[in-house]
Amino acid sequence: MNFDWWMLFEVSLAGIGSGGLYALAGLAFVLIFKATKVVNLAIGEMLMMGAYFFFAIASILGWPIWLGVLVAVLGSGLLGALVERLLIRPMLGESPISVFMITIGLSSILVGAVELIWGADQMRLPDFMPSDPVLIGEAMVPPKIFYGFLVATGLIAIVLVVFRYWRGGIALRATASDQAAAYSMGINVPRVFSLSWVVGAMVAAIAGIIVGSISSLSPTMGVFGLSVLVVVIVGGLDSVAGALVGGILVGLVEAWSGTYLGGEYKMLATFSLLVLILMVRPYGLFGTHEIERL
Amino acid sequence: MRIGAAKQSYAADEALFDSRTQRVWLGVLAAALLILPFVASQYWLYLTCLVGINIIAATGLNILTGYTGQVSLGQAAFMGVGAYTVAVLDRSLGTPFFINLIAAGGVAMLVGMVVGIPSLRVKGLYLAIATIAASFILHFIFANWKSVTGGTAGLTVKPATLFGLALDSEFRFYWLMLPLTAVMVFGAANLFRTRIGRAFIAIRDRDISAEVLGISLLRYKLLSFAISSFYAGVAGGLWAYFFRSVTPESFPLLMSIFFLAAIIVGGMGTILGGILGAIFMTLVPEALKMVFGWFPNAAEWAVHLAPVRIMVFGTLIVGFLIFEPHGLAEIWRRVRRFFHLWPFRT
Repeated sequence: MNFDWWMLFEVSLAGIGSGGLYALAGLAFVLIFKATKVVNLAIGEMLMMGAYFFFAIASILGWPIWLGVLVAVLGSGLLGALVERLLIRPMLGESPISVFMITIGLSSILVGAVELIWGADQMRLPDFMPSDPVLIGEAMVPPKIFYGFLVATGLIAIVLVVFRYWRGGIALRATASDQAAAYSMGINVPRVFSLSWVVGAMVAAIAGIIVGSISSLSPTMGVFGLSVLVVVIVGGLDSVAGALVGGILVGLVEAWSGTYLGGEYKMLATFSLLVLILMVRPYGLFGTHEIERL
Repeated sequence: MRIGAAKQSYAADEALFDSRTQRVWLGVLAAALLILPFVASQYWLYLTCLVGINIIAATGLNILTGYTGQVSLGQAAFMGVGAYTVAVLDRSLGTPFFINLIAAGGVAMLVGMVVGIPSLRVKGLYLAIATIAASFILHFIFANWKSVTGGTAGLTVKPATLFGLALDSEFRFYWLMLPLTAVMVFGAANLFRTRIGRAFIAIRDRDISAEVLGISLLRYKLLSFAISSFYAGVAGGLWAYFFRSVTPESFPLLMSIFFLAAIIVGGMGTILGGILGAIFMTLVPEALKMVFGWFPNAAEWAVHLAPVRIMVFGTLIVGFLIFEPHGLAEIWRRVRRFFHLWPFRT
């Protein structure tokens, strides 16, 4: 039995790399959930919208890459604000399940819109990342995954710092910990809701651009969102740290199962992990366990 | 005009159809359904059969989601289990269709109960996501257990035979679908006059209170999953006999969303809602197709049909949740009230 440790190392690096993207997308989800308690099933579609905005600017119009990213992020932020105003705000105070189903509807609308505007075919985003393979020891990491991971970790760090020190971030955390108290301290809670959707959509857009340029762009990209759901449930819905750990964990599980069992086992392994976590720790690794009272 | 019905016994109060008007209209509906296959074109019969199948599945989901409050996005996968059961039994044993259909329901029921186990620890959104996981795992099994399910190529099914007569046309299939749908719907309606059904409603309204009142959450949540997936299994079995080919791609996640949309649009927690929702949601794509056919360059527009359909589904879910949370059943009730009270209050 000659086990190839370098290969395991290589696969694990790739897994951690894509795990970084999961963590980034999971962060977008957690931002929205923490502030508004909305489980956003359309997270994968929001990633997809960001990637398609970028595609429209950078590929179809042929504008420079940095402008494409900027417009995609701003456009997604606008979309997030619109979604919050038009779909989520009217449901304030309704049962969480209704709001959850609204986001299911939203995901169908977004998929339909993308197919209608850009067609159902796969597209390629313009290459903007260096393409030399990255070597760590003897292990080779695909360059896109490596740089994607770098961007993702950088962005996660920025978001974390911003939400630690910026006034809006403090308002968001205050709202998350106690809505009524935050309101009475003069925090404009509805504005915080909008803010969290805008920021969440922006973060998702960047994640979408990276994911789209690593693989390809198609309306089925929303499936990525299902893995993101697994990430946040594994980590705990309201835990930023959970999203990071869960992201890496899911990335690793996918990479291992994809390599050693076969590509079709990826989803199976991810969802088995989900079911396992739900059975053992229903509130995730780091989520708060809410106690219900009559 | 009918202002109110004075009920003089508990039996009258509990009756499914409490007034003569209602019974008369039900008779009219039954007669219309019996005449329909002789006057309708083949296309409309095809749609009616599809509606019937969808009504069974949507009613099943309504029992679980509308009445018990457990959101499930696995209904299509349970239908798949039923369809595969029928296909496999039909191939290997050649048993008659009614045994196959019951077996389809039974197997789906067992799978549904296994999927329902997480509902004991998690609820609401977590549960919905667990059912998504279950439907992906089932899809994986359909696609990869090649010796039984035939892999991605799927299986073909022979038409059901009744007294040596193959139910291979829409007209013949209709006579299998109609009584089955009627029995299933009445079964569901009657369920909510029993202790079990009432317990489901209690769990939906507040599960902890229900447990305090002596309703075993374990038993009733699993029971709800079991009944709901039994319905899905039977619907899936019918589906297999109707389309006569079953592949893993026949039951995508989108189909589960379709059923969820159907009960939202129809009205959650009412039997009528499941029926109206299934009819409405099955006919919307057809109506869209018709509208697209009116455009001058119809062939060009046909490409856009699929995305527009998905968008319309999403818009219907969102629109009904925001503007008419009780769905078509509530609109129906308002229309009825208008006629009951007319001319005193409009």
